[in-house]
Amino acid sequence: MEKQIHIPIQKEIIRELKSGDYIYLTGEIYTARDAAHKRMNETLDRNEKLPIDIENKIIYYMGPSPAREGKVIGSAGPTTASRMDKYAPRLMDLGLSGMIGKGKRSQEVINSIIRNEGIYFAAVGGAGALLSKCIKKSEVVAYDDLGTEAIRRLEVENFPVIVVIDSQGNNLYETAIEEYKEG
Amino acid sequence: MIRTINVNEITEQIKEMCIEANHFLSSDMICAMEKAKNTECSPLGKQILEQLQENLKIAGEEMIPICQDTGMAVIFLEIGQDVHFVGGQLEEAVNEGVRQGYTEGFLRKSVVNDPIIRENTKDNTPAVIYSKIVEGSKIKIKVAPKGFGSENMSRVFMLKPADSLEGVKNAILTAVKDAGPNACPPMVVGVGIGGTFEKCALMAKEALTRETGAHSEISYVKELEKEMLKKINQLGIGPGGLGGTSTALAVHINTYPTHIAGLPVAVNICCHVNRHIIREV
Repeated sequence: MEKQIHIPIQKEIIRELKSGDYIYLTGEIYTARDAAHKRMNETLDRNEKLPIDIENKIIYYMGPSPAREGKVIGSAGPTTASRMDKYAPRLMDLGLSGMIGKGKRSQEVINSIIRNEGIYFAAVGGAGALLSKCIKKSEVVAYDDLGTEAIRRLEVENFPVIVVIDSQGNNLYETAIEEYKEG
Repeated sequence: MIRTINVNEITEQIKEMCIEANHFLSSDMICAMEKAKNTECSPLGKQILEQLQENLKIAGEEMIPICQDTGMAVIFLEIGQDVHFVGGQLEEAVNEGVRQGYTEGFLRKSVVNDPIIRENTKDNTPAVIYSKIVEGSKIKIKVAPKGFGSENMSRVFMLKPADSLEGVKNAILTAVKDAGPNACPPMVVGVGIGGTFEKCALMAKEALTRETGAHSEISYVKELEKEMLKKINQLGIGPGGLGGTSTALAVHINTYPTHIAGLPVAVNICCHVNRHIIREV
């Protein structure tokens, strides 16, 4: 099913989203990948405040290529989510509502999605030029020194994603493969 | 006859090739994607393949890299033994080309100076360079920027001779199955069989730069490539790992003599952004 969804996504709406739904997201999201997650985790270890408010927010696992003159951003597709598995449950327990990435998640992340009624979306990997067209604004908000790995606030419009793991823990990567497996 | 070449010429070529490879896929890959789109059975899979084709169009027209992971630059040089380089050191000239290409071409700088300390070098150097001395007075340059979503899913299996061909087939299928959605399918699967631990990995890497879908000249290897492509596409992984019949676009296998005690197999996986350009100087 195709749907337009505005961010922040209310819990009631997250509950309605089902694994396999094709969604166009509009609103504000944050980017963070390996190095930013490591730093956020260390910040929490020291009982300090995160540089961004993650409550009811969505993190996009992405590190863009540099923007050319006059462009908002460079190529901007998802990176492999499993590298952030170590950090995601902690952030979800602190209120993060969802993530956009690509690829499998660990059982711990799936459990935390169920526990927190969260959601995991996939964007199409390797479609960074296409996806960049849906990003209307981009601003570095933390860890500027990390370059492409800095935390950015993005404003996205009709950003295409697919619900892979829904709030009940249904996982499209497992169910869809079964459908097309032969022999 | 000794042919003198200034290394600045190599720098210039590498710079252009890094930029070109990251914005335009070679025609063999374009054809393979079109074929996958036409044969894909899953409606969502077909939709994803159409998005990927649209992505390629935008990338070329607006000069936005096809993928934000513009890779670590892997460069193969085949240098004629009658070539004499002047004007500087060859490896430095290659890295200078990468530096200029990634900086001037607005490509992402994804290389860290040390695997543990992890400080970004900010110009995507150093490249990974392989050079081979061959006959003649020409230089063949192959530039293959390699993304790490798929690189991370690659494997080396040190099989036993008793594992034989069946063991090789299982190794390839295991690597592809484990890679699943992480490697951004539809993928190209490069395989090296034989040699030593590092030789099979290098063969697998080089196999990715072969013209997509071209087969080995060894008849049993050619049959193996066809059989493995069919089996991989029966796994159900599909485009984006979201189910379908286009999991791989091609399987390329290279072989080499090996030791009586061993059967090394390397599987190097590349996503659908399988970038490779060849130029001859």
